Amino acid sequence: MNVDTTLFKDIDEPGLNTLDVYQRRGGYEMLRKALTMEPNAVLDEMLASGVRGRGGAGFAMGRKMSFIPKGTMEKYLVCNADESEPGTFKDRELMQKNPHLLIEGIIIGAYCIGATNAFIFIRGEYDYVADILDAAVAEARAAGYIGERILGSDHSLNLVVHRGAGAYICGEETALLDSLEGKRGNPRLKPPFPAVQGLYQGPTLINNVETLMNVPVVLRMGGAEYAKIGTETSTGTKLISISGQIRYPGNYEIVLGTKVRDILYDLGGGPLEGRKFKAFFPGGSSSPVLPLTEDVLDLSYDFDTIAKAGSMLGSGAIIVFDETTSIVDVAYKTAHFYRHESCGKCTPCREGTNWTEKMLARIRNGDATPMDLDIMATVCVQMTGTALCVLADAMAMPIGSMIKHFRDEFEAYIEAKREEAGFGPAIPQVNRGANAGPQPLLQPV
Amino acid sequence: MEVKRYAHGSRVPGWDQSVDLSKDPAAVPDPATTHVPEHVRASIEVLMARYPDTRSAAIPSLKIVQREHGWLSPEAMEQAACVLRLTPAYLIAVASFYDMFELAPKGATDVYVCTNISCSLLGGDEIYAHAKQILGDDPNFNVRAFECLGACEIAPMASVDGTYVGPLTRADIERIRDDVEAGREVLEDKQLKRRPAASKHWNR
Repeated sequence: MNVDTTLFKDIDEPGLNTLDVYQRRGGYEMLRKALTMEPNAVLDEMLASGVRGRGGAGFAMGRKMSFIPKGTMEKYLVCNADESEPGTFKDRELMQKNPHLLIEGIIIGAYCIGATNAFIFIRGEYDYVADILDAAVAEARAAGYIGERILGSDHSLNLVVHRGAGAYICGEETALLDSLEGKRGNPRLKPPFPAVQGLYQGPTLINNVETLMNVPVVLRMGGAEYAKIGTETSTGTKLISISGQIRYPGNYEIVLGTKVRDILYDLGGGPLEGRKFKAFFPGGSSSPVLPLTEDVLDLSYDFDTIAKAGSMLGSGAIIVFDETTSIVDVAYKTAHFYRHESCGKCTPCREGTNWTEKMLARIRNGDATPMDLDIMATVCVQMTGTALCVLADAMAMPIGSMIKHFRDEFEAYIEAKREEAGFGPAIPQVNRGANAGPQPLLQPV
Repeated sequence: MEVKRYAHGSRVPGWDQSVDLSKDPAAVPDPATTHVPEHVRASIEVLMARYPDTRSAAIPSLKIVQREHGWLSPEAMEQAACVLRLTPAYLIAVASFYDMFELAPKGATDVYVCTNISCSLLGGDEIYAHAKQILGDDPNFNVRAFECLGACEIAPMASVDGTYVGPLTRADIERIRDDVEAGREVLEDKQLKRRPAASKHWNR
């Protein structure tokens, strides 16, 4: 396994969060280099690197940048540091320990698209990280990297660290923009996409922290060279956040394409004493769970392989749970979270998350029948793709996948709980599997 | 008072707060008659100058007045609205959306216990129940179950006035209480910011 790191290189070096140490290690050299290049040449490097967004959707960063219209209108760059996806904590560690790399990435990104205003939208709970960023921004401004006519060039940039106030939905790009404009964080209808009409109606590039931190790295290596790391369609290194019932939780930097087995057993140290893995979320709680069979352990951890296996790489947050945990509890926690975080704007999401949580609560109370599973699966199907943003899908996908992979366990749980609560056995599902009667609606994802 | 807008339990953040319908809607507060402490006004104005549109300063400004007043009291809202030139109703609409704004009086020290998936897999719910039992009735504390706070490597964890601590045991809750009361750093040995990054080369 390759343990070479780029973003995490010497991450614990004392004082790396200060300008002195960062510069001693070659910091802001890439900014100087970028300012001697044409913005288009910087963009070409990004396109050549093939680096994909690290926030969840995995969209190619260079392409996203190329969607920003040319011209002299007011353009904005927003760094999405509202890291709220359950299980994800990579950006926190990166910003806390190496804030200047992010700032350098933002300045280069802004130069590339011609933005004069940039914002870091950091979640309100990360107050102490925001303090570190504020200090770093002040240092960079004093050194002339931010402000009017950066290092004598024609490019100017104003960078503001904006603290949120606690709402998962603000990690969604259009909700983030509304929140940044001082409103309730409700998602907007797309199109128009933020690249065309975003913050204050201007073209806006929104990228995750880790994605922007890769910008100086790509420039240093050269896009073509960077593209050689990882697999053909998933280039570069990726920070993964391992958590849950595993021996060594934490952030690790891997080369995309590392085997799931190596991640869980080598880096993560395997299951807790005397236990066995059951399943995992490969990319945050919004990704469909995969049972940890031998086949899944042999998968390569990259965007396309995980997608082909029926899940997604998402933000790279791996949450593992073992056989002592009931799948019903995991499903309930997941649904509960999305119900709480739904902004309530779109009916399928507001009602779907609420009723799914309710049905799962019924299962836990012993008040459900296996038919509830079919109803839940129907709800999940109807929620998918019917709301303005993907929060609805983000609940439907994991819950749907749990019902698909662990239907037996759900049914056994329901029967056991019914007996415990004194309800007697559930109505026999005589038509299950035959052509008559309700069919399981959820198709394999 | 709480008025359920969706009786079956669907949730739109902040919609269940009742309003006094007998009152006229408040206009933008008049600066001549609204007293705003000088340092509050100054810090909000600094924020307003940072953004192309001053409305963007609304959320950071609410944080300032919440810190000043302990919670978002009508008076606090009035002051923020006066400086921002917005109506108090607008600010209430915004504030009720976000989890970190408190529209009712609360204890001074926020203890957010994470009860999301990663933490609950390792006992976060029990920690929260215990914290509620020990600190719940203490007027100096504001104990809340929170969704993922983004520190799953120290699960089960909590945020005490923004300081991340973990992994917690039940006994740590009493230590948190004692540390806060003594004015010490909270659980110094368990603070996240002192923790080195995870590494393949850990001492095992």
